[in-house]
Amino acid sequence: MANEILEKVNFSENVVKLIIRSPYIAKSRKAGHFVIIRADAAGERIPLTIAGSDPEQGTIMLVVQRVGVSSAKLCDMKVGDTILDIVGPLGEATKVHKVGTILACGGGVGVAPMLPIVEAFKKAGNRVVTILAARNKDLIILEDEMRLHSDELIIMTDDGSYGQKGLVTDGMKAVIQREKIDESIIIGPAIMMKFASLTTKEFNIPTQASLNTIMVDGTGMCGACRVSVGGQTKFVCVDGPEFDAHQVDFDEMIERLGAYKTQEKVAYEAHEHECKRKH
Amino acid sequence: MDFAEYLKEQRNQEWRKELRSNIKSKDRTAIEKVHMPEENPHVRNTNNIEVNTGLTMEMAMKEAQRCLDCGDPTCISGCPVNINIPKFIKNIEKGDFLAAAASIKETNSFPAVCGRVCPQEIQCEQKCFYTQKLNLPSVAIGYLERFAADFERKSGKISIPEISHHNHIKVAVIGGGPGGLAAAFDLVKFGYDVTVFEALHEIGGVLKYGIPEFRLPNEIVDVEVSTLTKMGVKFVTNFIVGKTATFDDLRVEGFKAFFVASGAGLPNFMNIPGENLINIFSSNEYLTRVNLMNAAKSEFDTPVFSGKNVAVIGGGNTAMDSVRTAKRLGANRAMIIYRRSIEEMPARIEEVKHAQEEGIEFLNLHNPIEYLGDDQRRVKSMKLQKMELGEPDSSGRRRPVPIEGAIEIVETDTVVVAVGVSPNPLIPRSLPNLNMSKWGTIVVNDQMQSSIEDIFAGGDIVRGGATVILAMGDGRRAADGIDQYLKSKF
Repeated sequence: MANEILEKVNFSENVVKLIIRSPYIAKSRKAGHFVIIRADAAGERIPLTIAGSDPEQGTIMLVVQRVGVSSAKLCDMKVGDTILDIVGPLGEATKVHKVGTILACGGGVGVAPMLPIVEAFKKAGNRVVTILAARNKDLIILEDEMRLHSDELIIMTDDGSYGQKGLVTDGMKAVIQREKIDESIIIGPAIMMKFASLTTKEFNIPTQASLNTIMVDGTGMCGACRVSVGGQTKFVCVDGPEFDAHQVDFDEMIERLGAYKTQEKVAYEAHEHECKRKH
Repeated sequence: MDFAEYLKEQRNQEWRKELRSNIKSKDRTAIEKVHMPEENPHVRNTNNIEVNTGLTMEMAMKEAQRCLDCGDPTCISGCPVNINIPKFIKNIEKGDFLAAAASIKETNSFPAVCGRVCPQEIQCEQKCFYTQKLNLPSVAIGYLERFAADFERKSGKISIPEISHHNHIKVAVIGGGPGGLAAAFDLVKFGYDVTVFEALHEIGGVLKYGIPEFRLPNEIVDVEVSTLTKMGVKFVTNFIVGKTATFDDLRVEGFKAFFVASGAGLPNFMNIPGENLINIFSSNEYLTRVNLMNAAKSEFDTPVFSGKNVAVIGGGNTAMDSVRTAKRLGANRAMIIYRRSIEEMPARIEEVKHAQEEGIEFLNLHNPIEYLGDDQRRVKSMKLQKMELGEPDSSGRRRPVPIEGAIEIVETDTVVVAVGVSPNPLIPRSLPNLNMSKWGTIVVNDQMQSSIEDIFAGGDIVRGGATVILAMGDGRRAADGIDQYLKSKF
């Protein structure tokens, strides 16, 4: 059945990997594409970047982090459950080409959408240096898969519980000072992308960032996802999700991501309370 | 038999002749035009119930008597889908309301929708003999259409138009809004195997995400869509042709022709400073959250910001829908900001009147030039440039010109920008060879055929931003065009 969850892996307490039957999207998606998902009839429409697919099996892979009601609903779904609505693939695909050496920086669950991009750049004949960054060891995901498609894999944790101790930018600087980087791609929490972008800007390295903003329809209709890029308003859903990171107004984006934080907090607490009551 | 002969043949039926002879024309014209009953404005602006409550049976039959059943029914020429207007109205006069509904459905699958949202005052009613020759208020064609459709729906005896034969030729309709649905209705009647592909999770397009419950309840859209399902139309939601699958994929699956009615997806902004502050929305976003996602109901997850001091920028029907929605979400002050005067607003007169009754403020001859935010980048006020009317512009309306130095700061915590939409770029981007205009609309010929022979298009993706009924008219024309094209091929 379409939209059925076929496999579920708990990466950590709050991060899950879902393998979902979605034959059309499995076939048509490319690196960089995202889907819009509505878990159930009361759910909101949220964007999730596709982490991979198997066209033969007709499945797509998504990685979801529990941050609010909508993501919690997805995280709590079980194998055999069906997601009500999945539409995609949306957005413009990553422009993959051979440029030389790529520095790919993934933070937190941003590593998931980075996976197909790293894979594609490697396939295109580039040398790929990948940095995975997270707060601690438990939050490092997809390490083996990333290692498979990277020439070198560097792990950075804030607390030093795994790999090297330090921020993603520390790892980036070390690589950049060591070898010539032709292009960089960064995906992760907005604040991480802001500082990663400042780092590559310092060294004049062309950089793409994949943005994950609030969306409703995801097809260009609502404009909730608008960001300022080079002083112009762009829609992440149809013009992105990838943009020249050095042109993105990350401060504005961070504020806009918090547009509903009060409502989201109240709703999440109510949801958790309701879940506990049921169990 | 051509359309004029058909109308004549219908008009000459005995029952019509008899009805005409029952009441003298001068007695008919002496009847006063019916008033649509409405909910109390100060009650309705706190809830979502429909504003117009509909004519009673007696009111409808009386109003139907006003129609003179003209020999030359000019009203029909004002209808984009050519409803046989005198025939349905005379059926109402006769008291055969189900026959009235069936008459409308000969050419229009959505009478309950059109009876509510069509701008009849610039279409059929503007061409009515009363308006044209008698200088009297027209027959209330729209109210009567709605009456017939509502009667049929409530009777539980909804007529399903018959399909004479099935030719098993597959046609894809892209977009489940008014244009696509109208095309699907005609195509399935012609015998085609029709599938409608819709990007969103519900069928109805702007009828669902855009037009609010208090003007068009979603349930009414669902009932009219279910008629299409019963006629054999297949619906696939969450499917974006050009993304989920390509046109070529669908050709391989056996689709022989396409009708693209993907709508005017992209909201326009004014590109003024501060427009990306938090709590500044496009009308599409604001209305979609409330109408499609049920954001105002606590049991749904989608949030909406219910401001106390809401400014809606624009003077069209979407602006009226947005500002009246804001009032219903609890705004103390809900205001329209429009750069021209109230007379020049493109919104329907009825919508403006309803808004005024509900306590909406109108700041006409005001134009926003900048938004100011607080330390969290939430909008807190706007700078408005006061305008005056100058010489007429290309639209025939007097051009608004800024009054130098007349700038006002008005507090606001929510802004909804309703200054029009642009065509959705998804379909054109997936078809690099498609002939497009410089405005991003698809170029079509009289049969609504694009530069790619099996692809037809209509509605906002061709017009750039029009009305429900014009999209429906395009859908019908495209269905004819597709029929001719496929007959010449197969």
